[in-house]
Amino acid sequence: MSESKQAPQNPAIEFPERGEPALTPKQRMAIPRQPMPEQPAEVRSRNFLEVNQGLSAEAARMEALRCIQCKDPKCRQGCPVGINIPAFVKKVAEGDFAEGVRILKRDNALPAVCGRVCPQEGQCEKVCTLGKKGEPVAIGRIERFLADWEREHDREPIVAGPATGKKVAIVGAGPAGLTAAADLVRLGHEVHLFEALHRAGGVLVYGIPEFRLPKRIVHDEVRQLETAGVRLHTSVVVGQTVTMDELHERFDAIFVATGAGLPNFMDLPGENLNGVYSANEYLTRVNLMRAYDFPHADTPVARSRSVAVVGGGNVAMDAARTAKRLGAEHVYLVYRRTRAEMPARLEEVHHAEEEGIEFLFLHNPVRYEGDAQGRVNKAVLQKMALGEPDASGRRRPVATDETVELEVDTAVVAIGNGPNPLVPRTTPGLRTKRWGNILAEKGSGRTSLKAVWAGGDIVLGAATVILAMGAGRAAARSIDEYLRTGEWPEVTLEE
Amino acid sequence: MSSTPEPHGLLLEKEFIAPKVTRYVIKAPEIARRRRPGQFVILRMREDGERIPLTIGDADAERGTITLVAQEVGKSTAEMAHLMRVGDRFADVLGPLGMPTHIEKYGRVLTVGGGIGVAPVHPIAQGLRQAGNEVVGILGARTKELIIMEPEMRRACDRVRIVTDDGSYGDKGFVTDAIKAEVAEHGKPDLVVAIGPLVMMRGVASLTKELGIRTLVSLNPVMVDGTGMCGGCRVTVGGKTRFVCVDGPEFDAHEVDFDELLRRQRFYVPQEKASYEAFQKEHGHPAHECRMVRMAEAAREPGEQ
Repeated sequence: MSESKQAPQNPAIEFPERGEPALTPKQRMAIPRQPMPEQPAEVRSRNFLEVNQGLSAEAARMEALRCIQCKDPKCRQGCPVGINIPAFVKKVAEGDFAEGVRILKRDNALPAVCGRVCPQEGQCEKVCTLGKKGEPVAIGRIERFLADWEREHDREPIVAGPATGKKVAIVGAGPAGLTAAADLVRLGHEVHLFEALHRAGGVLVYGIPEFRLPKRIVHDEVRQLETAGVRLHTSVVVGQTVTMDELHERFDAIFVATGAGLPNFMDLPGENLNGVYSANEYLTRVNLMRAYDFPHADTPVARSRSVAVVGGGNVAMDAARTAKRLGAEHVYLVYRRTRAEMPARLEEVHHAEEEGIEFLFLHNPVRYEGDAQGRVNKAVLQKMALGEPDASGRRRPVATDETVELEVDTAVVAIGNGPNPLVPRTTPGLRTKRWGNILAEKGSGRTSLKAVWAGGDIVLGAATVILAMGAGRAAARSIDEYLRTGEWPEVTLEE
Repeated sequence: MSSTPEPHGLLLEKEFIAPKVTRYVIKAPEIARRRRPGQFVILRMREDGERIPLTIGDADAERGTITLVAQEVGKSTAEMAHLMRVGDRFADVLGPLGMPTHIEKYGRVLTVGGGIGVAPVHPIAQGLRQAGNEVVGILGARTKELIIMEPEMRRACDRVRIVTDDGSYGDKGFVTDAIKAEVAEHGKPDLVVAIGPLVMMRGVASLTKELGIRTLVSLNPVMVDGTGMCGGCRVTVGGKTRFVCVDGPEFDAHEVDFDELLRRQRFYVPQEKASYEAFQKEHGHPAHECRMVRMAEAAREPGEQ
């Protein structure tokens, strides 16, 4: 996808203060998709400021006018949490942003986050009717616009409901936990949010870089929750500082949303050389610990000339673009399949390319070599070919005999995460899948333990922010029902 | 004690117990109540501060405090030693992390502490003795004034041997010499637990492997989050990669790849050295060398210090 960076030739449309200009479907279809204003690649690849600048109010309304308001809106079905997309888009077209936000937030507690990090091209925008012939409505951009507009103009505070006297513990302050906290406090429950790190936000603060999701947005969401009465306990590791048994004594319900916090490695020779990082470590050092500001911030990160990032997802893109911003001359993105199979958001791939990331498709590392001090100085890559489709439907990469050597002083392994073991291993009776993901009932998030729910990546494996959010919302609904009725029907768990 | 409860993370006592070695007593009731020998905490002094992993020395569940002993090796530990004051509060004290030492009755156990390694060995010695073991303490350091916690170890152990590299106190030699002497006099022990500098632990591991004595070491690698999330603390044990923070910190000494760990430990040294030197330049004369500072510290502390 390569959209034109020039300002689009928009038809002359008069926007009334309130209400939608009368347009025929043909006129709507003639409006070009509104581009996202962004920092130029050569500037942004040297700073950590946000790349995308957001649509102006006028561009957002223009974009919203492109929506033809289908009778059977496919976009809504394409959204993992079923946001009423046509409704909020219509409000934007009318210039009624406040109402648009209200509709959006009914189904999405963190729109400023999702508008920035959701893979829209694989969800809502993928099935947009306009996309069949031309370009889909830029739903993600409109969503982000609304969320930003709200933050800057007319923030509707989260208001705690009348107190029910029930107490809920939420374990993990990432997307799932934050969403559940917001819903439960609105319903009048006393919510305590436990976070292992020193800052709330989970992957939104340790993983996703500032240039894609500014921390202030996450902090703002957290502050909102605290203002509404959610009690945040940072630097508490459930399973270590307090056990689930103890939480059971103090709380009426527990929601476990600890995320996919255990990085996978490939078990290759040389993988423990200095300069070989998990993406989690590399990104945590830079994002959460602000190593880019070393020595003003105390945590260092490797300074690199040549970096190989292994993987094809958003995390790999984040790591590669971070390495570039830290000053690396060469950053290689090593992926064992081809561009078509990359799970990363299109926009991230596109941005990475613009910033000079060098893609090595159909390559897979087989070992790393190092110098006398133990610093990696070479990645040996095997060339791959595509074979038959695998279980995921993507064509399976098959090794060839050919290898190439890449001179690197840093390698970042971004091939996913396993479930964090701390809660499962210290919680007898909590049933897990083979690799340690917690088993939770579809639709409710209830687990094998009474009054314990689980959701997000600890259940799904590494998935998306929006799915984690959806799980948080579903769990909140189920928790509320249990707290009101005391009923815990038999749980159906599928391995 | 004042009427308002002391907050989590409050520094209650600070004492310079040897050159560049400081003992801290910190309010952390949940950790004090729950911690078991062998576990560690992660501290952060302030916003933008590093996350510093330290093995827990002692804890007082009733008073709600933990005791840590740290050596000044870089900017963060220097700042902690010289700029943190009694009454200041750590931004974060996270723990207890890691798996506790597996304590059971083995028979005769040597608990070996090198330098500040004596601090984390102490609760392990206590635990092992409570479980009915005959516990022998071996304390080693370069020189006499670096031997710490001798009285505590004498109370915790059935016997104590002391060695210094320069012979200024106890026997002259390394902790490995003391292990050899112990084996010569009393036969092979059933277990050795050794905590100290990596080079020392490597030496102990190589000796006890030769002698066929089961040995545990506690590792303190470079670490960020301490909860399994980053994998920076990985170490090769028995040919497999393990995470020290969630799988350790204690491992079978004979299986640990110490050479790899030593290299990993040194990775950030150039950056850290620059940062440490800048700190020293800014703050001048190292305070621990100053008698006035020591006296002032002592005067600030409540109680008998």
